Formats: sequence, structure tokens, C-alpha cells
Amino acid sequence: MAAFGTAAGRPLTGRGGSPGFRFTLYALLSVVMMYLDQRQHYLEQVRYVLQAAAYPVQLAVNSPPAAWRWLRDSLQSRDALRTENGRLRGAQRDLELRSMRYEALERENGELRGLKDALPPVADRWLAAEIVNIQLSSLRQRLLINRGAVNGVFKGQAVLDDRGLIGQTTHVGPWSAEVILITDPEHAVPVRIERTGLRTIAVGAADTTSLALPYLPANADIKSGDLLVTSGLGGVFPEGYPVARVTEVHRDAVQPLAQVRAAPLAHVDTDGEVMLVWFRADHPPAPAMTADSVGELGRGDPAMQPQPTPPKPRAAPPPPPAAPEAQGPGAAAGQDAPLAAPAARPAAPRAAAKSAPAGSAPSGAPPGTAATPADTPASAPPPGAPRPDEGQP
Amino acid sequence: MNVDSRGRLLLSVFVALTLTVLPLPPWLDVLRPAFLVLTVLFWSVNAPRTGGIALGFFAGLLLDVFQGPVLGEHALALSLITYIAVREHQRIRSKPAIQQALFVFVALLFYEVVLFMIDGWTGHPVTSPLRWLHTLTGALIWPPVAAILAYGSGRRLA
Repeated sequence: MAAFGTAAGRPLTGRGGSPGFRFTLYALLSVVMMYLDQRQHYLEQVRYVLQAAAYPVQLAVNSPPAAWRWLRDSLQSRDALRTENGRLRGAQRDLELRSMRYEALERENGELRGLKDALPPVADRWLAAEIVNIQLSSLRQRLLINRGAVNGVFKGQAVLDDRGLIGQTTHVGPWSAEVILITDPEHAVPVRIERTGLRTIAVGAADTTSLALPYLPANADIKSGDLLVTSGLGGVFPEGYPVARVTEVHRDAVQPLAQVRAAPLAHVDTDGEVMLVWFRADHPPAPAMTADSVGELGRGDPAMQPQPTPPKPRAAPPPPPAAPEAQGPGAAAGQDAPLAAPAARPAAPRAAAKSAPAGSAPSGAPPGTAATPADTPASAPPPGAPRPDEGQP
Repeated sequence: MNVDSRGRLLLSVFVALTLTVLPLPPWLDVLRPAFLVLTVLFWSVNAPRTGGIALGFFAGLLLDVFQGPVLGEHALALSLITYIAVREHQRIRSKPAIQQALFVFVALLFYEVVLFMIDGWTGHPVTSPLRWLHTLTGALIWPPVAAILAYGSGRRLA
């Protein structure tokens, strides 16, 4: 430090002008960058490259925990492995039984809807991804996973584990992607109460283990233990996947809104792996169903392909809802639509007003569409909430 | 000397970045000081011409890539406090560590205020009061951090 004693006398005449000048320069540069990134989305490419460059560092940082896990796994005893094997066998048998039933139900549902064939599955394909880095504070809850654009991952893709919804991707690099969790305070997911069909929005609460449902009126029909599933509004998450279970309902006589907490079903802290899911492009949960697309669903097999990787359309505001006209023939869980819409109405605009600024991240999308209470769930999977594992090749 | 001190600087930045993105349990994560910001402050105060405002800007850009909602957010905040530190480096350098920690506290507050405002403008508001906690822990941990960095740099630079 003392070595700089001579220079300290004239610190303002360093290379590149005075500190004030250089600060102004860099500040301007930052502001321009922020503007381009936020308003114009010009910097997607730059971010993509930077994310690629950052990935090795993140891998390196995570290597000690990863090495520990690997060591623990490889030192597992034979007995433990046998026990686990037995348990998995049992679980698989159960799942097979259930999926048999599921197929029958699906066919029945298709017949009830007057379609010739059973409805195609909602999800096209799955991809397991390993969690590389995990950031879980009450301010910021993100995962870094080891799949990126080269695997076809796109921005705003749903991420699940075997128990429920985890979140969605926010930034995608070539070999890695950042996932925002549903419990992040910036995230909101449109949900439906399984028991009553009431729709609302679940936002991340200020801690890592719960969701808040801040937009339910005090007289809403909800109680502890209710299952929340995705409502399919908003277009990011398809309809019917389990999200959370209500743990706490607090009604205060002077408050117009009920205070509801729910615990997410997914266990991010114990998971080593998550599932990325591609949903059918022609199976939009969004309301705009035309007669054509219903026909296509009936035929059952248009373009069984993962969605292309367009980051941009997701960020754009959702298309204006085509009024209540076209929807699946009266279907989608008869308990749902007519009852729920009026009840959700007072909540929706407020939700949109609050969460809309969640802007550039795709989390802005769900509230955006949720603000249009006119829409009804698109012709959707059977209400039996298909488990993500089924249908996996 | 110049090359060597630049190497030290890059190494310290890398270590600080590692500490910043290291996964921690939730309760500890809130308390985690902004190591990279502390490191940049140290270099700005003690070697204003080696690092300078450019260091602040690029370190901020790194933070943006790792955890910023918008590119340029941390870069702006860090440029600002680097500028203050470089301007006042003589005054700060001559003070004992405790008083330096006070300055660091104020600088971290500036930093967080800028982040807070940009978060609000860009639509990612995180209003939990916990976000201010790291300014306190950062100031508290400043004396040891500065001592470690000074030990490293002093040995090589002298």
C-alpha cells in the first residue's frame, strides 16, 4: 500500500482522465446497458455469451458439494441399495397401475368430449437436469441447472420435480439455465383450488418454504389441506399440475382479504435433479381456442415436437383473450369455470396491478392473462392431475 | 510490480466472486456480506490506480451476470461507490480499521440504495427489509477482510 505513496499526490491525473470523468462514462454506459436490456431486449445475445462464460465458474464453485455427494453415493452400502431398489420397484408397480387407470380415464374423457380419439398427452417430452448451484435466501431463490439452449431449453419453460411444480427458467445460456422458484418473492403462479375450482394467484412469500395467496376474499371457500394446482392461465404452466397444499388460513374480521399460506409440494432442498418439460405447442392453456385447434386435438397428432426456442414471444404481452366463445366443448372439469370466475374477479385486477411490474421475467405473463377473468380453461387434461412421470418414454 | 499487483487483484476478485455465489443455507445467505464489493472497495482505497472505477464497473458486470435482473445494475452501483472510494482514498486510508468500517457501511448503503431504486424501476421489487442486512455484516467483516487483503498485497507489492 505504501508503494502508492508517490502516486497518491496526484491521483486525478491517471490514465483516462479524472475519476469524475471516468465515473460519468461508466455510469452512462451502465444506464444505456440497462435501458437496452430492459426495454429493448437487445442484450439477449450478450447475456447468452456471458452466461456461457460464467458457467465454468459456477461449476467450479459447486464442485466440493458435488464431490461430497458423489462420494456419499459411491460409498453406500449394499443393504441400503437393496432397500432402495425394493422401494423403487414398489413405487414403479404403483405407478404402472395408476397409469393403466389413467389411460382408461383419458379415453373416457375423450369420448365424453365427443372426440374421436383420446386427447394427446399435454407434455411432449421430459429432460432431467441436474442442479448445479442453488441460491435460497428469502430475497432470491434461484437454481442453476446443467441444461441450456443446446438441449432445447427456452426462456419461460416449466420446471417440475416428481411431486410438483418448482419454477420456470429465466435466463438460458448454452449449457446452463437459471430457474426462478415459485417461492421467489418475484414470482407468481396462477393456481386453482382443486376442491372448489376457485382460481387465484400464488406468489412467493418472504421465506423459502411457503407461498402466499394474497388475493382471496375473506369469505372464499378455502381451508387448510386444500390442494392447489396450476390453473393454466398465463400460458407458461399447463393446467392441472400440483403446486402446493394450503397450510394456514387466517381470516380477520377487519380485513377484506383472507391471509392464506401454502407449502409447495416440490422439495427443492432435497432434490438433486429437476425435470424440464416441453408442452404441446397446440395445447395452449391460454384461452384463445378456435374451432380449428379443437379439431386438431381430435385428430391427436399434429407436430409432436418440442416448442422451438423463441425467448421473445414469451416476454410479449399475451394476446387479447378471444371472448368466451370458443372453448373445449363444455368440458374441462365441469366444477370449474362458471362458479370460479365471479369469485376470482375482484382479486384478478389487483393481482395484475401488483405483479405486472414483474415485467421482463416471464413471471409477468401469468398475472397478465389472469387479469382477464372471461377466459375459461382450455380443453385440458383430465382433472386427475396427471403425474409428470407418466408418459415418459 | 504492476503486473504482479494486477495478478493479485484478479485473484482476489475471483476468490470474492466464489464466496459470493457459493451456495449457503437460507438463514446464512441473508447475512452473507457482499464480498466482491468489499474487495473492490479495498483496491479502490489502497491502489486507486491499479483498479479504479473500471474495476468497479467490470466487477459489477460480473455480479450482473451471476445474479442481476438487468445487465448494468450492479455495474452502476459499484461504479458509484468505487468513484467515492477513489476520490476519498487518502482520507480513508489513513484512518484505523474501525473508522474505515464506518465508511464501508455508508458505501454499502449507497450501493444498496442504488440497487433498490433500479430494482423498483425495472419491476423486480424486493421490499423485504432483510436486503439491507448485508450492509451491516459487510461493515463488521471489513477489518478482517482488509487485513487479509493487505497482507496478501503488502507482501507482494513491497
